[in-house]
Amino acid sequence: MTRLLLGRLIQAVLVALVVGGLCFALVRVLPGDAAFRIAADRYGPDALTGQAAEAVRRELGLDRPWPELLLRWFGDLAQGRLGNSLVSGEPVSEELAGQLGPSLWLAACALALSLLIGLPLGLASGLRAGSGLDRLALVGAVALRALPPFVLGLVLMLVFSIRLEWLPPAGYGTWREMALPSLTLALGLAAVSSRVARDAVAEVGATAYYRFARLKGLPAGAVVLRHGLRNAGIPVVTYLGLQAVYLIEGVVVVESLFAYPGIGHALVHAVIARDVPMVQGAALVMGLMFVLLNLGVDLLCRLLDPRLGAAR
Amino acid sequence: MMLVLRSRRGALHAALGGILGGALRLAGLLALAAVPAAAEEPPPPGRTLVVVGPWEVGGLDPASNGHAFTRLEVAETLVGVDASGAPAPGLATGWTVSPDGLAWRFPLRADVRFHDGSPLTAEVAAESLRRAWSNVGPLARAPIAAITAADGAVVVALHRPFALLPAFLANHTAIVLAPASYDAGGRVVRIVGTGPYRAAAVAPPLRIDLERFDGWWGGRPAIARARYLAVGQGETRALMAESGEADVVVSLLPVSLARLRRSPKLAVQTVTPPRTRLLKLNAGSPLFSDPRARRALGLALDRAGLARVLLRNPGLGADQLFPPAVAGWHVPDLPPLTRDLGEARRLLAEAGWRPGADGVLERDGRRFAATLRTYSAWPELPPLAAAIQAQAREVGIDLAVSVGNTSDIPARHRDGSLDLGLVSRSFALIPDPLGTLLQDFGAEGGDWGAMNWSNPESAALLDRLAVLADPAARAPLRRRVVEILQAELPVIPVTWSELAVVANRRVAGVRADPLERSYGLAAMHWATP
Repeated sequence: MTRLLLGRLIQAVLVALVVGGLCFALVRVLPGDAAFRIAADRYGPDALTGQAAEAVRRELGLDRPWPELLLRWFGDLAQGRLGNSLVSGEPVSEELAGQLGPSLWLAACALALSLLIGLPLGLASGLRAGSGLDRLALVGAVALRALPPFVLGLVLMLVFSIRLEWLPPAGYGTWREMALPSLTLALGLAAVSSRVARDAVAEVGATAYYRFARLKGLPAGAVVLRHGLRNAGIPVVTYLGLQAVYLIEGVVVVESLFAYPGIGHALVHAVIARDVPMVQGAALVMGLMFVLLNLGVDLLCRLLDPRLGAAR
Repeated sequence: MMLVLRSRRGALHAALGGILGGALRLAGLLALAAVPAAAEEPPPPGRTLVVVGPWEVGGLDPASNGHAFTRLEVAETLVGVDASGAPAPGLATGWTVSPDGLAWRFPLRADVRFHDGSPLTAEVAAESLRRAWSNVGPLARAPIAAITAADGAVVVALHRPFALLPAFLANHTAIVLAPASYDAGGRVVRIVGTGPYRAAAVAPPLRIDLERFDGWWGGRPAIARARYLAVGQGETRALMAESGEADVVVSLLPVSLARLRRSPKLAVQTVTPPRTRLLKLNAGSPLFSDPRARRALGLALDRAGLARVLLRNPGLGADQLFPPAVAGWHVPDLPPLTRDLGEARRLLAEAGWRPGADGVLERDGRRFAATLRTYSAWPELPPLAAAIQAQAREVGIDLAVSVGNTSDIPARHRDGSLDLGLVSRSFALIPDPLGTLLQDFGAEGGDWGAMNWSNPESAALLDRLAVLADPAARAPLRRRVVEILQAELPVIPVTWSELAVVANRRVAGVRADPLERSYGLAAMHWATP
């Protein structure tokens, strides 16, 4: 267990170094003058002038050599600081704290909804592999996964906001505004997790130990609960870790579409505005979330299958 | 050797420890951040009017975000504008100028209080304006020598006469804030203004909550609570209006308007703001230094067609720089810019351009090929650029379209690498368009205006207009400036703009403001009890 935690901790440090350095390098090699970019985001296109850009350059010391700027960021990071946003001048940690909360809620709701939709569907399809339900679920999953979140979100808005007038198409603050963006993400997630669960259940259903459990006379419900779910759970839980990628990518698009103030929204704006500390901070937090999530997946897998821990 | 190694390892340890400590603190931040979302303050009881617009809330600095607080009537300026767009009394009851034109006096209203209860005094107003003057913004460009307070008035001393001073003071960067708005370092940490609404919560990047301020000098607004939501996607804004979640939605895409007009729940208003989409040309490049080449490109454009297809309103084709709604600067009898491909080809041939094998013009072995740069901050610009590309090709001009960031235009203006840019230029930032014209078409050109072009006559006329106060004397000068710009085409007008405001019929008193200075919340009231 200690080794697992230590491994993930080292991974977290590596993530910080690589993400910080990479973001810095990528933003620097992007075309365009950073002072003009930052001034454009601060003052808007109508009020942007060369003088404003030069004032920004002087204020932020953008013409200083790049190793100095990068080393300063790493130095700040080592002390737990992420620097100040170049656009707003506020500490990046404060801006992220304000935007991370909504994003985490959105991601958590989406994940929970996707499990509520995907797992029962996967279980039912897997137990009756090849049935009409299984095929229907496959078609549904392919269709939902093929739709980009942007299109899916618009379709949901048209149905639930315009046609039915149940839910607001944008905004934030209460569960009502949260419903459509999290459903948009959840449907994309459930599309795949239902298939992973279906395959895992179907595979377990075909094993010798599963058939033996049935043969020795256990009732169907008990077999599914004791032998089916636990064994089928491991690939499903492992896959949850991979889904974080979809979630992060989806959050960026969905937040912009639904005018939801999260970290994805912040990242898009920071990249456009060349706000290096914000890009580094947002990417770092996303990277660390990824590490944390994988740690959670590892721990959950060990709980499901104690042999994983004993083998090390 | 051993010692060196150990110390190096020690340093490594310390560094690693520091990074780990930082990572742990970050993890703590993650944990902390998870809490406040659930604790989002519940909407206050009673009806809240929801205004939706495209502009994000960037922060509190008036230089970058003052427009949010003037539009929501949280903060006010010394000078306002009247219905015709001319400067009018605001927090100042009027103004007087010394005979030499160098000292301006703005006496203040007597009964004005800030949202924290403190009175508006001339000292406070002068201090607030001095901060705006030293910040980025139009005041920094005005010939101001000093801003002081005397006998209940703000007194502005100038280096040279400048008739535009009241218009400059009406700009959103010149909002008057209470001393409590600033921290010790002079940064704005909260917005304590004088307007009919006070900012109950400013939640960048997307929300501002407002409450009625009962001590406003102008009376008591009917709407007690309001909320501004920034929604970047035009499609989402239209859906907010359609679903009834928003009461007032500002700035809608032309494609959404026809659908919204059919809804019995909604009232759609459109106005023509002083905003023109134009081609900014590098008149120093060999391609466009000849005025005949600029005129030819102008003659290649089917403005009404562009406006009909892309903006759904053929009346928006810009046959001169200013739309008819901009009184004093639109010249009704000016020969309009039209499409005439034959004349365009003739002018280009006269300038020495001959069609090459592929139809693209050539002169001395050089093709008439240029990059047309634009940006996507305004969603209509990239499709307009593509249409202009196709129309220019008909007269043998080969344009490559490049869509980038807003800042590419002024940055490339500065380093001289711009051939051609399609921009959306507002002449309303300072209520008198002259404020923007001075910036764009002065002797040295401007970031968003002329590039490597200057005309001594128009530059002198603009300078003269900047000091001339008599309206009757100004009119012929304005006309001459517009004539020169139309003849020389340092920029080629393409289309004018339309601002659409959609209101739910449960709200009354909504008025679209062509200058985009105010949503007019204080004048609205609920149509249904």
